[in-house]
Amino acid sequence: MSRLKTREEYEKTFAFRFFRWLSGSKDPYVDEVEMQAQKETVIPEETIIERMRESEMIRDKVYDEEQNKAARIFHKIYVTAAILFCVILVSVLLITVSFLPPTGNADNPVNNVVSERYIENGLQETGALNIVSGMILTYRAFDTFGETNVLFIATCCVMILLMVDDAILKKQEAQNDRRFEPKNDAILQGTAFVLCPIIFIFGIYVILNGHLSPGGGFSGGSIIGAGLILYVAAFGFKKTQRFFDEQVYKIAKITALCMYGLIGTYFYMTGANGIENHIPLGIPGHILSSGIILPINVCVGLEVACTMYAFYALFRRGGL
Amino acid sequence: MEFVRNFPCISIMLCLFAGIISSGLRGRAAMRVNTALLVINTVLNAFTLVYTLASGTSYVYVMGKFPAPWGNEIRAGVLEALLALFFCIIMLLSLLGGRHKLVEEVEESKIYLYYVLTDLLLSSLLALVYTNDMFTAYVFVEINTISACGLIMIRQNGRTIEAAVRYMIMSLLGSGMLLLGLCMLYDLTGHLLMSNMKESVALIVAEGQYTLPLIVSIVLMSVGLCIKSALFPFHAWLPDAYGYSTVSSAAILSSLVSKGYIFLLIKIIYRVIGFDIYHDTRIIDVLFLFGLMGMIFGSTSAIKENDIRRMIAFSSVAQIGYIYMGFGMGTQAGMTASIFHILSHAATKSLLFIAAIGLTDVSGGSRKFIELTGSGYRNKWAGVAFTVGALSMVGVPLFSGFISKLLFSQAAVLNHTKMLPALIVLGISTILNAIYFMKTVIRIYTPVGETAYPSMTFKDMPVYAAVLAAFIVLNIILGISSQPVVDMIQQGLAMFS
Repeated sequence: MSRLKTREEYEKTFAFRFFRWLSGSKDPYVDEVEMQAQKETVIPEETIIERMRESEMIRDKVYDEEQNKAARIFHKIYVTAAILFCVILVSVLLITVSFLPPTGNADNPVNNVVSERYIENGLQETGALNIVSGMILTYRAFDTFGETNVLFIATCCVMILLMVDDAILKKQEAQNDRRFEPKNDAILQGTAFVLCPIIFIFGIYVILNGHLSPGGGFSGGSIIGAGLILYVAAFGFKKTQRFFDEQVYKIAKITALCMYGLIGTYFYMTGANGIENHIPLGIPGHILSSGIILPINVCVGLEVACTMYAFYALFRRGGL
Repeated sequence: MEFVRNFPCISIMLCLFAGIISSGLRGRAAMRVNTALLVINTVLNAFTLVYTLASGTSYVYVMGKFPAPWGNEIRAGVLEALLALFFCIIMLLSLLGGRHKLVEEVEESKIYLYYVLTDLLLSSLLALVYTNDMFTAYVFVEINTISACGLIMIRQNGRTIEAAVRYMIMSLLGSGMLLLGLCMLYDLTGHLLMSNMKESVALIVAEGQYTLPLIVSIVLMSVGLCIKSALFPFHAWLPDAYGYSTVSSAAILSSLVSKGYIFLLIKIIYRVIGFDIYHDTRIIDVLFLFGLMGMIFGSTSAIKENDIRRMIAFSSVAQIGYIYMGFGMGTQAGMTASIFHILSHAATKSLLFIAAIGLTDVSGGSRKFIELTGSGYRNKWAGVAFTVGALSMVGVPLFSGFISKLLFSQAAVLNHTKMLPALIVLGISTILNAIYFMKTVIRIYTPVGETAYPSMTFKDMPVYAAVLAAFIVLNIILGISSQPVVDMIQQGLAMFS
């Protein structure tokens, strides 16, 4: 049966003294060693300010053109050289342009078999009344896929730079989302109420008629994106997030690009291997015609609209 | 048509798909997709290389129903397949080697974006290598530029943002010049496909009507690509971009991105303008001169550096100078040496960057030389790897750098007018290389007594050590069995024209 000793009694025992000696807190020759936390070296604020002032003064003297003669001369030479370089480059380019084939001349090298086939056989081969759409989305579909990916990667880079964590975003929202913009502006909201549906419908019209009339995925997508931006500006992010939040954005973007990629891969592989592809060209002039152009236009339109809106949202508050 | 012929197209499309899908994944899943993609691409491109070697010819692959010059086209030969294979391997190793730093240095919510960027960067590199169409090349140059900016700034501190802004300005200037030159050339030839352009250019030179615009467009394209690949007077963006970005980015940027542009320039020289016409324009002499200056000034700047990462970055300027000097010889031998140096520099520079990070990690994260003293003992793998890289850069036999220096001097001897300057500068540059690399090696193997820094063994970093070993093996393979590689390069160049 053990008995607990009180602290005072325990301190008188041999064991206590022995362990104290063992742990080094008691020196048998020089009494107790005091254990103290090391002091942090505190640099007084005045010295920091003093140093900053000194370095600022030195910097000012080095870079101040009135003090430093060498800097002044260098700056002058630098400016002159830059202007000279620009003038020379501009004049070289202008002179070169004057040597290029004159615009509109029938004998120009540009008017060759390539454009001839685009213009003469474009309708039969692509089924699109709009030759430009036929050219960029059928003849040169690979380039356009690359171009769409440029937009995609541009949003990725802006996200790296401006995307803020959700927690910080919520805090900012609680403070005030619209420091520089009108809140619940009646005129803006009224206009947006009337205009937004029209803009969306017009954008969809431009995308769906890309193969029949001027327009297509890029132009129609930017129209829809502009409509989304107007809606956000008028009604705020909370209302927009009911139908377009980050999840929807991601799904829309990935589906659009993957669809384009799949259609494109199917088209490239069948074409290159000499296999007939089963995409019907339809009757030129009908809305459901022209093979791969219509679905690709829809995909490009979605991607462009998402990109436009994402740029706006990221620059405005750092999140979708 | 054999199924193998589809592989270049499949590998480019796979990269794009992987990038798109990764944008919806979380960090670890995106990393797995990326690694799988790189492994698959390595296999695909190896098959392409074997196929082109066996068949002995190059082939064009029509992207779609419509043949060139109406549709898009890619082209695969020995040289293209070799470079694509090499790019995939280096990228895989660089990403594996820098993964632990990536987790530390990049915000967790943004790591998936890093893999999106690298996937798309790989797609653009492969497209630049395989393309047979100038506009496709331009589109993928854009992707390359934007993703490279992203790779620099994803580690967010002030210096990387500044470096990314500088990189962006210089790189966009280069893209703009490339685009201007391309527009002029299109106006003169009416084609965007490389082989058709070459025929038209030959016709223009024969007729002599549009000589001035032709020369200006060649100059614009060359200067644009020189700016983008950091040839000497345009290298101001380079040290910060390579020195402060996360280590995988630095390795990828220095060994792959700039090489992609150089390879595009080679394609332009051989497949668009024609080697003889390019040679006659005398631009080649300017490239030669800038290359020589880069070899000297890059090395002297590296000697002055007190920061190991920036020192390696400045060394890149010198090595890019070597490549352009090879261009400037204006002979087939010079070009072969340049292409071999592209491979050898890619293998060595990424090794140096990855090894340097191991050394700084065991020195309290400091990159100053004074702190690095003795770090070769604390992290033995990184120390050995850095030494191998340094010896290779200096040009010691057994390593890849020796072979490229040998090829450069052989090429110089064959060229009567440029032999003397080339050989002298090659000698000086080798000595300067030795000064700053051997200084570092001696520094990391100088014993220090007591040190507060921890040591690292194989158990702490198995992936990292394996990557370093793979890099060393790659380097020694290039150094010992260089002849097959050189034969492949020559065969590929013969297919170009």
